[in-house]
Amino acid sequence: MNQHFPATAKIPVGTPERPEDVVRLTGLKRRFGATPALDGVSLAVQKGEILGIIGRSGAGKSTLIRCLNGLERPDSGQVFIEGREISRLGERELQPLRRRIGMIFQHFNLLSAKTVEDNVALPLKIEGHPRAERLARAAELLELVGLSEKAKAYPASLSGGQKQRVGIARALAARPALLLSDEATSALDPETTRSILALLKDINRQLGLTILLVTHEMEVIRSIADRVAVIDAGRIVEEGPVWSVFADPKSAITQSLLGGIRPQLPAEIARRLTQGAGTEAILKIDVAGEAARGPLLSDLAAAVPGSFRLVHGGIDYVQRQPVGTLFLAVPAADAIHLEQVIAFLRAREARVEVLGHVASFA
Amino acid sequence: MSPVLLELLLRSIWETILMTAASGFISLLFGLPLGLALVATDRGGIAESLWVNRVLGAVINGFRSVPFIILLVALIPVTRLIVGTSIGTWAAIVPLSIAATPYYARIAEVSLREVDHGLIEAARAMGGNRWTIIREVLVPEALPGIVAGFTVTLVTLIGASAMAGAIGAGGLGDLAIRYGYQRFETSVMVAVVIVLIILVCGIQWAGDRLVARLDHRA
Repeated sequence: MNQHFPATAKIPVGTPERPEDVVRLTGLKRRFGATPALDGVSLAVQKGEILGIIGRSGAGKSTLIRCLNGLERPDSGQVFIEGREISRLGERELQPLRRRIGMIFQHFNLLSAKTVEDNVALPLKIEGHPRAERLARAAELLELVGLSEKAKAYPASLSGGQKQRVGIARALAARPALLLSDEATSALDPETTRSILALLKDINRQLGLTILLVTHEMEVIRSIADRVAVIDAGRIVEEGPVWSVFADPKSAITQSLLGGIRPQLPAEIARRLTQGAGTEAILKIDVAGEAARGPLLSDLAAAVPGSFRLVHGGIDYVQRQPVGTLFLAVPAADAIHLEQVIAFLRAREARVEVLGHVASFA
Repeated sequence: MSPVLLELLLRSIWETILMTAASGFISLLFGLPLGLALVATDRGGIAESLWVNRVLGAVINGFRSVPFIILLVALIPVTRLIVGTSIGTWAAIVPLSIAATPYYARIAEVSLREVDHGLIEAARAMGGNRWTIIREVLVPEALPGIVAGFTVTLVTLIGASAMAGAIGAGGLGDLAIRYGYQRFETSVMVAVVIVLIILVCGIQWAGDRLVARLDHRA
């Protein structure tokens, strides 16, 4: 038997093989008892990118990230790291591979009995480097994360943000090809979160390090990810560049996860909203790209006679792309006027949804 | 107290220290690996093997449930095999060690079990093997508890060594019974009690200081 099948033969459609993929997952499944934690996940991470995986707790994100360094074993499916299938490897074969993959954790997982520099140097000790070399590398990394003066301190004396910086330094010690971040900022306050995310982004740029992070916070995705995959009940329900998923979230779960950082209809108006008749129609307008960049509302006012009022809204920049949501109240008495407004906005490639009607204040 | 009694007292102190130190050392030598084995082979441990865990646990419980005074006599053949005699200070070290080892294994087990599982996972994620996890994570992280538990074991051994007089091992307990109690030498009894208090306090103090130096958790 000397048959040659193309290497891509077994790979399901949707995950084309690219040599620059650091990680490629195909049809990953894993159950715990009766509940599937992963239910057929296929995903690729390209060299140098930051891929964010977002989902609610229990969606399967921790199981997913643990499959990448063999801390968790899938029931079926394949995990390729730098082109090598690892899901069937034994513990002994996984050990050298794990040294190519750094990992940071929600609760930092620093060793309390070791000083900061010994924590950072531990991956090198595991690799068998001499002590002088380990400490030199640790000093270099502590410099990178801005904690040089804490080299001899014990982790217990550090703040949460400092602990995570040590965690990052430790994860980078063995010069990994991939950094896994498991809810690395979830235990930190918003300001510290921002500084840790900025550090990760810096490292990504300076070292060209590929990062895969899982989180339940859309804000994390917004600040540093290039691409996002939304996971729900063990499946990837949506995937794409962050700005495009933000501009046009397809699934209900994505919309709900975005809820926290997108403008929402003010509660006072939402309370009075009815599906029956009212004096004003409330429109939700999602804009991105050109529609968000141009003078949309003044063009609308010039093109369509009749009034409307801005109720709430805002335009944000995601990956330097404007993405926003506006809420307009348009008098509903004149049905033609309302239709003209909607038609004008749709012509500008905005997504328009009539949420309902309210009785006006007057 | 007569010079003869004083000399007896000094010799008894030395015998007690010898029995406690020797059997303490042996229980540390075997009890710590046993404690590690209990934690490692348990469900979710780094070398999970439930039947090994159960057998180990049953053997340890078996030894721990036998009262020491009975163990002392029951182990006479074993003692004779190891030391060559069943009488004297060295002979007492065998049953003392065999009693203290499972005791200390359980104490070490408790400390090792308290090590945060996330730390073990971090070491695995770095590419560490079982030996790395034991050497870099489990033992160093549990060290304050391991030392504190060893202090408790030593103090318990001082108490247990008093019974070793039953096989002619000497020591402070034996002195107190034979002279202080049976010969009504109250001064001997008082001296023994004072020496024991000093010994126990000294061990506890040294142990606490060592723990404070090793503990960087808060």
